[in-house]
Amino acid sequence: MKNIWTIAKREYNNYFGGALAYVVMAAVLFPLGIYFSLILLYNSQQGLYGGAAAPDITPITGLFAFLMIFLSPALTMRLLSDEARMGTIELLLTAPIRDGELVVGKWLGAMLFILTLIGVTLIYPIVLNNFVSPGIDWMVVVSAYIGLILICAVMLALGVGISAIFTNQFAAFFVTLGLLFFLYFMIGLPSGLLPQSGQIFNYLSIQSHFERMNSGTLTLGGIVYDLSLVVFGLFAGFTAIETRRWR
Amino acid sequence: MIKVSGLTKDYGSRRAIDNLTFNAQQGEIVGFLGPNGAGKTTTMRILTGYMPPTDGEAIVAGYDIVEESLEARKRIGYLPESVPLYQDMVVWDYLQYMGELRRIPNAGERVEEVLEMVGLIDRAEGYIGNLSKGMKQRVGLAQALLHHPEVLILDEPTIGLDPSQVVEVRELIREIGKERTVLLSTHLLNEAQNLCDRVLIINKGKIVAEDTTENLQSSLLGAERALVRVGGENDGLVETIKSVKGVRKVKVNDDGAVEFEFASGKDLRAEVAKAVVTNNYELIEFRSLGMSLEEIFLELTHGEGKR
Repeated sequence: MKNIWTIAKREYNNYFGGALAYVVMAAVLFPLGIYFSLILLYNSQQGLYGGAAAPDITPITGLFAFLMIFLSPALTMRLLSDEARMGTIELLLTAPIRDGELVVGKWLGAMLFILTLIGVTLIYPIVLNNFVSPGIDWMVVVSAYIGLILICAVMLALGVGISAIFTNQFAAFFVTLGLLFFLYFMIGLPSGLLPQSGQIFNYLSIQSHFERMNSGTLTLGGIVYDLSLVVFGLFAGFTAIETRRWR
Repeated sequence: MIKVSGLTKDYGSRRAIDNLTFNAQQGEIVGFLGPNGAGKTTTMRILTGYMPPTDGEAIVAGYDIVEESLEARKRIGYLPESVPLYQDMVVWDYLQYMGELRRIPNAGERVEEVLEMVGLIDRAEGYIGNLSKGMKQRVGLAQALLHHPEVLILDEPTIGLDPSQVVEVRELIREIGKERTVLLSTHLLNEAQNLCDRVLIINKGKIVAEDTTENLQSSLLGAERALVRVGGENDGLVETIKSVKGVRKVKVNDDGAVEFEFASGKDLRAEVAKAVVTNNYELIEFRSLGMSLEEIFLELTHGEGKR
């Protein structure tokens, strides 16, 4: 466990050592800020700060999740692929740490960065709460943020898994981007493609689970599905590292 | 400390190392010599737990490197050939990170110690990417020494260092080798000769020789050699030396010195010296000549050694 924390801490600090952290933060906070201002402006013009039509935080968390399709591959692409390219993986794999600890530590480092970013966005529900009478539904906020954290965890885990397979970080970026795009927009695939494919696509799409949580409906199935994908992504990374040893 | 038996590694259909068996004891510096592609790095990677062997067993510091890999890895310090480092990290932070991964108590103090040891304390706050090749090599060495490893495995440890740094690093390895086990690969034959208690010569994945350099010399030659240099004219010196019973292969070098050879175990040096002086030659130099490790290496790996 201590090794996971040591690796996660280094990755977290490493993001801030370069431009990536600031670029990702800007790429998230700038559109979110504009969007939030527009929501406030629209609602103030329409006088919708009370009753059923009162604004909530879900458009903000929804936009955040959408942006993560493009930004999480950037955060994960070099996590393990760069270690392989630079040869530093040789030192990590000969240090007394388990392969699983290495993969989980890398994912946790990225996760901590995203949690920091998500933490910054908590300013939005707090501000919104001051405008809405008698206040926003905090249960929806909690559900939306759990959904957001889970979908980010899935995206980053799949990214780490793919990063372990490649030694070229750009290959890892594009493959992760393609996979996330597919998983997110699978809900939009034609339902007549296969028998009952509408239901299948709906269940497999990470967007559909997120949308339910984002609208305030936490489902055990959704949480389990997301956690399964996290485990799958990390296990893929672990297997890729093990395979590297045996090649 | 290192016990290797029947170690074999296949990369697909290519056999990189074939049935290697050797030992290295505590307090011993063992040199690993061989041409490129001989299997040195593969062997080192197996011994450090980076990759498993296809067959055979390796026990390092009392632990099987496959079955008890984590325990073995705790006791190994490793400097890979390419010295992989995080270029965007500060030297101190990098060593602190590796120290924490190795669970070193008070990692900061130890980092300071090893940086003093490798002479990089004044560059502790610099970025690794800005260091010279020699300095990076020393950062890699510092990383390998951090956790007081019982076994130190060094792949080309002095490559890229300037001559004074080479001397310092060799001295450091020699010091460490007094108490611990050091296995180092090198292509610098004089380094192996000066530094190692024993050398393993590997070729095409097989150990072709394993002994002290002195024993390798005499077993390969089956003879010992010596050189005589006299002041003034050396006319008739060859005949004088040849006249000593048991001397064979006498030749005059370009610089006028005379080399001769005699069977191992029958030391004729005193008799030859006496013959030279008795015949009124002005003896200014008399020394034993070994076969250089380079010659041994070529002899064993290519069969084209010079005698």
